[in-house]
Amino acid sequence: MILASQVWTQIFWTSALAGGLVAGVPIMFTALGESISERAGVLNIGLEGMMLAGAYCGFLGAYYGHNQWLGYLAGIGAGVLASLVMVVLCVWLGLDQIVVGIAITLAGEGLTSVLYQNRFSSSQPQLPNVPSAAIPGLDRIPVLGKPINGQFPLFAQPLIVYLGLGFALLLTWIFRYTNVGLNLRAAGERPDALDAAGISVVSTRSYAVLATGALTGLGGAYLALAGAGGFQPFITQGQGYMAIVIAMLARGRPIAVVAFSLMFGVALSLSTLLQIAGINLAPEVVNIIPFAAIIVALVLFARRAYLPPALALPYVRGAR
Amino acid sequence: MSSESTTGGGIAAPRARRMRSLRAERLVDVVIRSVGPVLLALGAGALLLFALGRDPVTFYRAVWDGGVASGAWQDSAISMAPFLLIAAGLTVIFRANIWNLGYNGQFLLGAALVSGYGSSLVEHVPLWLAFVLLFLLSGAVAGAWTIVPAILKARFGTNEIITTLMMSFIGIDLASILIKGPFHDPTTPLPQTAVIPFDKMLPPIPGTRIHIGLLVAFAAVIVVHYVLTRTSWGLRLQIMGANPKAAGHFGVSVRRLIVVSFFASGFLVGLAATADIMGLWGYIRTGWNPAYGDTIIPFVFLARLNALAVVPFIAFFAVVYTGGDLAAQQVNLSSDFLYVLVGLILLFMTVIEYFGRRRDLGASYLSPGLRQSLLSGFGRRKASE
Amino acid sequence: MSQPSAQATPLVELRGITKAFPNVLANDDIDLALRAGEIHCLLGENGAGKSTLIGILSGLVKPDRGLILIDGVKTPIPSPRRALELGIGTVHQHSTLIPALTVLENLMLGDSRRLRLDQRNARSRLAELSAQLGVEIDPDSKAADLALGHQQQVEIVKALWRGSRLLILDEPTSMLTPQGVAELAKVLGRLKESGQAVIFITHKLHEALSLADAISILRRGRLGGEIEATELAARPHSELRAEIVRIMFGEEARAVAKVAELREDLAEPETARRVEEDAEVVLELQGLTVAGEGSERGVADVSFTLHQGEILGIAGMDGSGQRALAEAIAGQRRASHGHVSLYGGDVTRLTVSARQKLGLRYVTDDRLGEGTVGVLPVSLNLFLKRVGERPYWRHGRIQRAVIDERAAELVREFDVRTPFVTTRVSTLSGGNIQKVLLARELSFEPKVVVFHKPTYGLDVKTTATVRELIRRLAEGGGAAVVISTDLDELVELCDRIGVLSRGQLVGTVANGPDAAERIGELMIAERTAAA
Repeated sequence: MILASQVWTQIFWTSALAGGLVAGVPIMFTALGESISERAGVLNIGLEGMMLAGAYCGFLGAYYGHNQWLGYLAGIGAGVLASLVMVVLCVWLGLDQIVVGIAITLAGEGLTSVLYQNRFSSSQPQLPNVPSAAIPGLDRIPVLGKPINGQFPLFAQPLIVYLGLGFALLLTWIFRYTNVGLNLRAAGERPDALDAAGISVVSTRSYAVLATGALTGLGGAYLALAGAGGFQPFITQGQGYMAIVIAMLARGRPIAVVAFSLMFGVALSLSTLLQIAGINLAPEVVNIIPFAAIIVALVLFARRAYLPPALALPYVRGAR
Repeated sequence: MSSESTTGGGIAAPRARRMRSLRAERLVDVVIRSVGPVLLALGAGALLLFALGRDPVTFYRAVWDGGVASGAWQDSAISMAPFLLIAAGLTVIFRANIWNLGYNGQFLLGAALVSGYGSSLVEHVPLWLAFVLLFLLSGAVAGAWTIVPAILKARFGTNEIITTLMMSFIGIDLASILIKGPFHDPTTPLPQTAVIPFDKMLPPIPGTRIHIGLLVAFAAVIVVHYVLTRTSWGLRLQIMGANPKAAGHFGVSVRRLIVVSFFASGFLVGLAATADIMGLWGYIRTGWNPAYGDTIIPFVFLARLNALAVVPFIAFFAVVYTGGDLAAQQVNLSSDFLYVLVGLILLFMTVIEYFGRRRDLGASYLSPGLRQSLLSGFGRRKASE
Repeated sequence: MSQPSAQATPLVELRGITKAFPNVLANDDIDLALRAGEIHCLLGENGAGKSTLIGILSGLVKPDRGLILIDGVKTPIPSPRRALELGIGTVHQHSTLIPALTVLENLMLGDSRRLRLDQRNARSRLAELSAQLGVEIDPDSKAADLALGHQQQVEIVKALWRGSRLLILDEPTSMLTPQGVAELAKVLGRLKESGQAVIFITHKLHEALSLADAISILRRGRLGGEIEATELAARPHSELRAEIVRIMFGEEARAVAKVAELREDLAEPETARRVEEDAEVVLELQGLTVAGEGSERGVADVSFTLHQGEILGIAGMDGSGQRALAEAIAGQRRASHGHVSLYGGDVTRLTVSARQKLGLRYVTDDRLGEGTVGVLPVSLNLFLKRVGERPYWRHGRIQRAVIDERAAELVREFDVRTPFVTTRVSTLSGGNIQKVLLARELSFEPKVVVFHKPTYGLDVKTTATVRELIRRLAEGGGAAVVISTDLDELVELCDRIGVLSRGQLVGTVANGPDAAERIGELMIAERTAAA
């Protein structure tokens, strides 16, 4: 009996971690991308739409290409295209970032829904499981290395997850020790200073937004491939907005972004967890928890979040 | 940089002529900026339909048939009632440079309450009184749902885009819980409330099928417009909306204004819920989220945050909404196509704004304060003006 | 110091430069010659076109017509990057340092195309340039923490970073104490010795005379006149001053002659304005402590008294707590400790509008952002502090006719140039917007008015008008507090001048000879231990 309860606790916590990873990884990619944009002074309210674009195209890529990597690639491409709208309208033409963001979300939601219904509403195909990449050695740890309830064990996540974590480290290095990182920071703090130093603010911000689009598309693709195993209209359910909040709270530090994303991932996968723990709550009640958690987090931590002063303000040379 | 002419007494003829031509120019400009995006979006939508292998002509004709022709206009008019009320609510709050994006949750909570209490209330109380009470109830509930984001913003400056969005998601789930729980119709296993009998719903305008909720909506729009443009309260709202710093300078109590305007906005959204439930549906079930506000936002901007000017836009949208549903079915397309159209309208609006700005005419559709308010409440921001 | 030969090819030459903006011809056929080892001054009042010309040199503005020659070769300057490559470094009037970054990071910004930041290289270059200028700079301190004088030194280092040969300084002394100006003069001297060409903009005559080797005078976009090196050295300053004023203003010279900016040396009070010994105390601050907002500093334990008929100045470098002080007096910000009394009555708890009615007014320095609502018409702006009051509002309803009529009166009285009273106030020029503010605050029997940077950025004529209004207020039985970073202005206007430093009132100086020096000393003195 004691042994059973010990196993129960282990399964619970590893499920929590594993579930958190699955649910948190899409947000993680998206939030990492958003932190690049925000650092450079661009606010991407359209993340929800971009993520959906990535999810749908990721689904298409994996479905027709029979390969997870084609799916990821397609997702990245879709995200880049969607963010191109942002680049042209907001960075180049200086139009309002929030309105364009809302437009991208609406168009993204509508377009992905229409396209999917157009082709797949009758078939509703499911994607095959994404293969996991086991870390040799670690995956032999009992319990932790074994699949739990069909979800990926802790140390045998799909390869892309490890790449994502590695990218977070890379991003930290880029932000702190390179000219690129310094330019991004300047674009968000005082774009006129960057301009006076001879660096193009428009270029810097453009690349930042495109990078965000790529990462967001990847996040959406992962959601479709590894999370849901398919696509449904409005599949993101507000995760794009969560990513924005996480990027702000993490003050642009990639490691913090990863941590917060995983925490919210756990919150999102709470319903399964609670079932395991034998606690039966109505699904709606459980759904409320992550959203309430965000509000609490905002109240507690928002004061200390630091936003670049030039965020969401278009840059015009010589403007008084 | 103004021309260096001094003000004088009577208006000389050349000046009057100049004023008239300025007005004419501005009128043309307003028309282009308002109608242009819509036409462009319809055109782009047609291209999209074409790319999907559907006939645009068939589609738009079906929209007309389903939205206007032979009595269908009445259905469009019916859908206008909640649209107008929500638009009025959004106009108020956007004028205050606050982003209330929680309208969906506010709407559904109001709808759940009205559906829950409505069926019993209409049996126990004179009908007209029931209607008044229900309107007030849903207004109050929806308004109350804005309190958390409002106080967080007023006291701590917490960003309201995210808080209202989160409250919206919570509100939607809460409505589901209420519908499945205390408001559940015991006579059916389906997750919905008791259906209100047809003769106990909002009566129609004589001679039509349109329920009087539409009249309530028109009245609300007029009242909102008057308050915003002619009263001192409206001016204070405008000051705060133009520039929160200026608001402090002019002794406007920003905190109180935030809470009151938030409540007013929610209240109007709540009124829309009663109009819809007591006028059209008669009940509510879980999983229903019409999300009217999402598609109304662009028109509020197109109307330059003017409550009266938004009416023709809403009328247009009502036709597209009603007819578009049927048209989508007819060409075998998802009705979410509407989102694409609305998104396109927003995009074209910003593009036209760009060209309009280059010609340096008129006012932007978006007050600068609305943009700033997004970033409020996140700790130290260096002044970068 | 040797004078460069007049025959030497100028390092940078502008010929026939013309640039027009939508409503104004900023530069009209201007010629300018800058030589190595020479400090050239571009003198002109606000709005004369100096900043535009400098913008052309630093690559921010493209001229419509005209030539730029560098070392005698025709060279366009299409971007700031190109300007830097051509050896032109600019120190702008408003700091382009990024406050959140360290000095070193600011200097490394945009320096190289390589991926990794090269800290070692940057540190050694900084040391090299600091030695050349004779200054000391800490590479690891945050730019936000530097005193203004040091910030400027960093900006000069940044401008010279890539080996520039022409250094442009835009209004370099506007934020400096007299001592800071002296240090700057030394730095400029060393630059000149090393063969650097320097051009600086100013609207203050005495600076031009004391710092420059050659002066070009701009008037309304055109080159009004030049004073070459030999002439500058030979003729007495008073004579030069008269000529320059004549060039700058022509027939209007009389009206503006007394203004501080046009004095030949640091302003000296002309007639000692006498304040009655036993004049009533109209405003009193006791131990006022106000929290700062955002990145701006607050004030702690400020006390002073203001008498009827007095003009009290508050000097101090930007960021010493001026805004907190002004807003606390006006009622816009709540004080955490202390009292404000008006005519002996405690007003500390009163709202803005209540204080307004009692005659306590505030003219803010942020004209567009705070003092007016740009999208509203002039008429409404004039009564924005009376929203809801009769007769402009009745039962909450606006009375347009009454507002327009009274607005027209005010517009006439204060000479606000606007096509109609219903014109949006954002379309007015800076000077006229200031007049709208003044019309609003100085109407309806003002008693005590706080002015924050009342003439900043205004042309000389309007500046003279504004200062006259302030004097008239005091002479008419009211009193004024003038908060300004411009010492010349304070010395011209005020009877006494208090000095705000790091949020505390560190002393008060009676106006008189050497006032500017004494104020400067107080501004930089180390803060003494709290009493």
